[in-house]
Amino acid sequence: MTIKEQQDAIIEDFSFFTDWTEKYEYIIQLGKDLPLIEEQYKRDENLIKGCQSRVWLHAEYKDGKIYFTADSDAVITKGLVSMVVRVLSGQSPKDIAEADLYFVDAIGLKSHLSPTRSNGLLAMLKQMKMYGMALKSREL
Amino acid sequence: MTKRAVIPDPVLDIEQIRKDFPLLQTPVYGKPLVYLDNAATTQKPQVVLESLYNYYTRYNSNVHRGVHFLSQQATEAYEQARKKVAGFINARHEHEIIFTKGTTNSINLVASSFGKKFLQPGDEVLISAMEHHSNIVPWQMICEERGAALKVIPINEQGELRMEAFDELLTGKVKIVAVTYISNSLGTVNPIAEIINKAHAAGIPVLIDGAQAIQHVPIDVRELDADFFAFSGHKIYGPTGVGILYGKEEWLNEMPPYEGGGDMIKNVTFAKTTYNELPFKFEAGTPDIAGGIVLGTALDYVQQIGITAIRRAEEELIQYAYNRLSAISSLRFIGDAGHRSGAISFLVGDIHPFDMGEILDKQSIAVRTGHHCTQPVMDFFNIPGTVRASFAFYNTRSEVDLLVEGIEKAKRMLM
Repeated sequence: MTIKEQQDAIIEDFSFFTDWTEKYEYIIQLGKDLPLIEEQYKRDENLIKGCQSRVWLHAEYKDGKIYFTADSDAVITKGLVSMVVRVLSGQSPKDIAEADLYFVDAIGLKSHLSPTRSNGLLAMLKQMKMYGMALKSREL
Repeated sequence: MTKRAVIPDPVLDIEQIRKDFPLLQTPVYGKPLVYLDNAATTQKPQVVLESLYNYYTRYNSNVHRGVHFLSQQATEAYEQARKKVAGFINARHEHEIIFTKGTTNSINLVASSFGKKFLQPGDEVLISAMEHHSNIVPWQMICEERGAALKVIPINEQGELRMEAFDELLTGKVKIVAVTYISNSLGTVNPIAEIINKAHAAGIPVLIDGAQAIQHVPIDVRELDADFFAFSGHKIYGPTGVGILYGKEEWLNEMPPYEGGGDMIKNVTFAKTTYNELPFKFEAGTPDIAGGIVLGTALDYVQQIGITAIRRAEEELIQYAYNRLSAISSLRFIGDAGHRSGAISFLVGDIHPFDMGEILDKQSIAVRTGHHCTQPVMDFFNIPGTVRASFAFYNTRSEVDLLVEGIEKAKRMLM
């Protein structure tokens, strides 16, 4: 699936929820389900420091695609992380670098990507795009 | 010394008092706001907002310079506010009250000016393990500059100062002690009278960080005999951007100015500048005139209700909150001091404080999560942070009940 298709699928998933509790229960479940990053990658150079919750991100480049695994010590952050990973993992560096992540706003969680939120999500997204840009330039 | 009346405090009509605070009437996510983040900042009563509006609509003008009518009015109001502050904390002299930007600015002023004058290589500054970063970092900076060492009074598992260690640390090398009256992250009330007495017996001055005390307990700097006392306007129902440094005249006169600029000088030539007298020596540049005046209004408001009545109402409410929170299974308090004020910090099971804060927020309950600018405290307890509920006299038991229900709901969702 393309980045756009992945995002649209998430937006559709969320359209079934009628209140915030259901929405958050779903995100929490995603957080609990996210395959943990391998312990060997949960080291400081993969740590993206948010102010309050910590996020680890590991990237692997294979056959022209970038594959991400990630983790967070806060489960709601982890749920959001898992959605971003779902959207961007397995895509090409160019597509990742140029991705417009409109789904976060569309599912009513825009505030989680504000610089003041300090949950590490925005920083993680920036890091993912940097991987995309770096690998894109290597391909040229 | 006490001039305080012995008549019993009136019981506060909290429902009536809440009407004084417009923001407490404002819904969040369509539900009534439960505001339990008062240690971060307090809400403002209508009189404070009106005072701000009045200043800018009726007599906005620069102070201490103009001969014109408005400037004189503004100056008079500003100096009147200084007088109110002096009265509120029972300072001996009005010129011992320095207007600053806030507690942080007050502490930086003392660390820098006192340090430049009195700290020599090999000297020590004594703080505590429960200090806010703003009572750690300024001292670290000046210690580094002067070749002095920063020493730390440790805490115990309850989040109380280990006073036997304090006695040992209070050596002849210590030039100043700087401790908080009430911990912002743990709610611990420290025995500052004892600390001051012991330090003074050794000839050492003491700075008290009063940021979490000024709004909760009566402060009498003369009775305490504090050498410096710092607090912020916005924690006591006043505006942000203004704070106070109280300092004993004899210390302030000895200390060099902190910042240079207008208002703090007597004469300026390119060869030599002579400095103004207290308090202006420490008030360079145009101050937060509105902030100072409005802080005075906020103190009037607090005095009208009565700080001892406020203390009693808050102590009862905190006890109620403590009891109700104690009954939540898998909740543990972070900091369990025998003497507590203002704040309760806790964790529930292995729920990350950020997750708890978010689920409470969705239920219109405002708490603070994280390290509360006291990272060494979090390191001591080996936790990423806490959830902190912090109270003001306008909070109610039913708000505590909503907090408890909110936590139970978060537990169901997160555990």
